[in-house]
Amino acid sequence: MHAAGAVARPAGGDGGALMDGLLRPVVIGAMIFIVFNLLILASAILVLAERKLMGFMQQRYGPYLVGPHGMLQPIADILKLLFKEELRPKGADKYLFTLAPVLSVVTAFVAFAAVPFGAETTLFGLLDEPIKLGIADVNVAVLVVFAVTSMGVYGIVLAGWASNSKYSLFGGLRASAQMISYELAYATSLAAVILLSGSLSLRETVDSQAGTWFGFLPQWNVFLQPVGFMIYVIAGVAETNRAPFDFPEAEQELVAGYNTEYSSVRFALFPQAEYINMVTMSAVATDLYLGGWHFPGVNPAYGWIVFLAKVALFLFVYIWMRWTVPRYRYDQLMMFGWKYLFPASVVNLIVTAALVLYFNA
Amino acid sequence: MPETITFYLFAALTVIASALVIGQRNPMYSVLLLIASFGGLSGLYIQLEAPFVAVAQIIIYAGAIMVLFLFVVMLLNAPKEDAADWDRTHPLRQPGVARWGTLLAALLVVQLGMALSAVGQYDVPVGAQADPTTVNSVTDMGRALFTRHTFAFEATSILILVAMVGAVVLARREGDE
Amino acid sequence: MIPLSHYLILSATLFAIGAAGVFLRRNLITILLSVEIMLNAVNLTFVSFGRFAGDLDGQIITLFVMTVAAAEAAVGLALVIALFRHRESLNPDAFTSLKW
Repeated sequence: MHAAGAVARPAGGDGGALMDGLLRPVVIGAMIFIVFNLLILASAILVLAERKLMGFMQQRYGPYLVGPHGMLQPIADILKLLFKEELRPKGADKYLFTLAPVLSVVTAFVAFAAVPFGAETTLFGLLDEPIKLGIADVNVAVLVVFAVTSMGVYGIVLAGWASNSKYSLFGGLRASAQMISYELAYATSLAAVILLSGSLSLRETVDSQAGTWFGFLPQWNVFLQPVGFMIYVIAGVAETNRAPFDFPEAEQELVAGYNTEYSSVRFALFPQAEYINMVTMSAVATDLYLGGWHFPGVNPAYGWIVFLAKVALFLFVYIWMRWTVPRYRYDQLMMFGWKYLFPASVVNLIVTAALVLYFNA
Repeated sequence: MPETITFYLFAALTVIASALVIGQRNPMYSVLLLIASFGGLSGLYIQLEAPFVAVAQIIIYAGAIMVLFLFVVMLLNAPKEDAADWDRTHPLRQPGVARWGTLLAALLVVQLGMALSAVGQYDVPVGAQADPTTVNSVTDMGRALFTRHTFAFEATSILILVAMVGAVVLARREGDE
Repeated sequence: MIPLSHYLILSATLFAIGAAGVFLRRNLITILLSVEIMLNAVNLTFVSFGRFAGDLDGQIITLFVMTVAAAEAAVGLALVIALFRHRESLNPDAFTSLKW
């Protein structure tokens, strides 16, 4: 293996004999397969969770007919979508119309590949050697996630354009302008938290948050960077076109925005991409700010359970925000992103840099 | 061996996508093919042990500049028939220019071939199999960027500011306040 | 093992493709895209030589080239928009009124 600085650093505890030679692609392939299916399962669960929570917050039951407490509702939804007729408007661009949802969902899944979700574990003794939980341990993981999510803009803008309809075009342009505007605050708050951990690798950032202060307070970055955390979460919500920032797909305003002309499977890919993006944002926020899989008193080998709990908490907050807070108007949204959030994140970065310099000098 | 395969794969993607870019009628397809080409280049940078440049390529080029191109293409929706017409009445297709131009191009290709075959002295391995003693980490790059190249860094940031202001001014409508 | 010459030939090819695009296409946006291809070819050369010489400067120069390319694309596209508003055409041959 080559020296430090290479893109992937399989250090120790990487599965040992499992990761050598020809067995390596098989092991990685198996992990990709498992994580891929778990992500799809997660998006199905999120569909149900969103509708049940929406129901409870609106003082009614959510879906409760299909299966016990409506637990088979996602399956019913997917079956319905699969059996719908696949429409394509006459003037729609033949290739781009199909490419757009594919691009959306591919970037959503790929972004999760660089996110670690557990420490070294033998998975309750199933494996002979401990293996690091995470598809790829890249030493620029933060940037990879950022790069791939910034490619997600294309899915939406192409969907708006390829539909050859004015509602879709407006929705697509607005959504992409919103996403690239909030990328600024997103990247600057990322830079501030990277200053704290000193490395662009997500795994190292998580490991720098192990341990406790005063014996009980976990060394999570959220206590060191409360403002940065808020900025990151808000920018993340805006990036995924969710909650108060979902004007581009608002049902009441633009018919359905960029996915007006889509139906059946092509349509189903868009909300799927949105849910996977939510999961990725929550996972990255957990890794960067909430200490990933570390919790005082919990053996890191079971850290992935802690990680799941934290991500679930984030997703609950996502859904809670959507059904509690009213939507921003588009110009308010852009003004907020450029005039308030971005300067705040720049100030956060400067203050963090000054404090890091002061305390390390 | 896997390095060779990935090199040829990424190189093929880059070259084919770039060749298709300049051959497309529809500028929308050109932009998307160029994004694919940038993806191939990003893979090549990773092979050259430049992970930061690879990711910066995706973030800056594919994620920002190409979005800008896409917006402009969507806004200036020039009809495809006009574009085809422009290519047909190209000044380079006039008889005199075409003959001399073809001769010059042939000469250039011969010269390039001769120059490139002398490149044989550069048969040194580059990339993962090369001498691994160089440490190219992002930390070192940041350090070099802010110490040895401070002036270029600051000048570039002023350049971006000037470009931003210039773009806003240039694209403004006449008579706007 | 991939010798440096492979990377150099690849970037020469890309540069030639970009140059051909600038010469042969009569659409302002496609011409700008071909310029971007040329800049990328140059970036690849820088990074290859940087790795060959074991120096980080190749990558750092590449970052600067990317930044300058971004600035140039922004201003270039603003010019294209202004030109299009003036003449409703993206053909460079439509803007020849200053020729004698």
